[in-house]
Amino acid sequence: MNVALEFVIRIAWWLLLAPLLPGIINRIKAWVAGRRGPPVFQLYYDLARLWQKNVVMSTLASPGFVAGPAVGWVALAGAVLLVPLGPLGTALSFRGDMLLMLYLLALARFCTTWAAMETGSAFEGMGAAREVSYAVLAETALVAAMLSLSVQTGSVTLTTMLAPTAGAGAVLLAAGLFTVLLAENCRVPFDDPNTHLELTMIHEAMVLDHSGPPLAVILHGASLKLLLFAVLLTEAVLPMGALSPFAATGALLLGVLTVTVCVGFVESFLARFAFRRVPLLLTTAVLLCVFALLVAWKGGAT
Amino acid sequence: MTANLNLLIGLAMGLNLLALGSNRLPSLIRTMSLQGVVLGVMPLLMEEFNWRVGLIAVATMAGKGLIIPTLLRRAMRAANIERELDPFIGFVPSLLLGAAGTIGAVALARALPLLPEHAGSLLVPGALASVLTGFILLIGRAKAIAQVCGYLILENGIYLFGLLLIHSTPLLVEAGVLLDLTVGVFVIGIIVDRIQRAFDSLDTRKLTVLRE
Repeated sequence: MNVALEFVIRIAWWLLLAPLLPGIINRIKAWVAGRRGPPVFQLYYDLARLWQKNVVMSTLASPGFVAGPAVGWVALAGAVLLVPLGPLGTALSFRGDMLLMLYLLALARFCTTWAAMETGSAFEGMGAAREVSYAVLAETALVAAMLSLSVQTGSVTLTTMLAPTAGAGAVLLAAGLFTVLLAENCRVPFDDPNTHLELTMIHEAMVLDHSGPPLAVILHGASLKLLLFAVLLTEAVLPMGALSPFAATGALLLGVLTVTVCVGFVESFLARFAFRRVPLLLTTAVLLCVFALLVAWKGGAT
Repeated sequence: MTANLNLLIGLAMGLNLLALGSNRLPSLIRTMSLQGVVLGVMPLLMEEFNWRVGLIAVATMAGKGLIIPTLLRRAMRAANIERELDPFIGFVPSLLLGAAGTIGAVALARALPLLPEHAGSLLVPGALASVLTGFILLIGRAKAIAQVCGYLILENGIYLFGLLLIHSTPLLVEAGVLLDLTVGVFVIGIIVDRIQRAFDSLDTRKLTVLRE
């Protein structure tokens, strides 16, 4: 009973906290631009509104049109359950859960692209193609980052992997993972979440035909993914294990907030890159993570 | 001490990769001059402070961080060329080549029979990596000014090698190298202007045919 209750509380925390991050990012952007900006809780209102709406279904679409977002959301929710929250630990931990997390993230992406192609719209096919082709490099970088953490700590369990002592590669890893975070969540140098010009959108182009609850689920899943990457980045870089539990919790919260604010500033000060420049940036992220892996492998001396 | 030095050399190696990835002339020049400044700080960390080391450091920083970039920027403005670099070797391939070269340099330096006091430092791999980066830029970029930047990064690598001998190199040699370099870039600045006037372009691909 207690275990089940703890489980529910944990997942409720994740699910409730996630839509806050895009709100904070938008607030930062508005502040830099000197606007008033939407309220921090805007995404909660949007989700509530979308949830009450009807679904418009294309006559061409198969049940996958609705199943895709649903399965993707469940996969993301499963992935966040595996991520430890610093000293609070995790609800579910076993040897090799890092692999499961990576595959759940991949499954979520597959489901979004699958649902995007259901209606046969050319724009959504284009968005899906772009999303997947960026993911080829972004996932390589993520896998390299995970490998470097794994080599550094000699473990494939997320709980022990994400409590490293700050190694020499921490800076490399931070830069690499931050770039991956921006790419995976379709943030500014890669994609503009506010744009509504179909030819240049990536993530937004994939969800053009979704409406009502499926769209709400997709939006919530995206915010969940952002929170997951922010937590992952903070825990991979900060030496949480060395701090007292109380301080570590504070450091985690502060770290996630810092990452979010950084994303906001990046969005305010950078323009999105031209498409042909994007592979270069992603290759840089891969190289940063690979160098972090080499540093972890060969020890601090190299 | 060695840790600080290694951090700086690591930074210089990172700047190498940044130079390979930058697609505009001003950012390439900025990266190169920043690397020059980073290299200029190094003698201060390696030696007890005395007037000779201080002079080398200040001269290097001023020469590589200020004078040479200013000359290059002036040449760029005078020639009035477009700032986009058009590469023979694309940015992603050259970045990958540079990264492979860096890893190879580290691996090679481990196999070399170095003096015990140099074994733990990144001086030799950093020097090799910078030389390789310079070569890639020299081969892979079409604009004359970008090739000059490649040449200067190559020279930075040679300077890193020279730091191994900092105890035994006379000041005069260091000063002479720096002076040569500055004069060289000065001359190149003038040549670039001439090329621009004669051919209306700085693309070195157009300089391969002899004409009356």
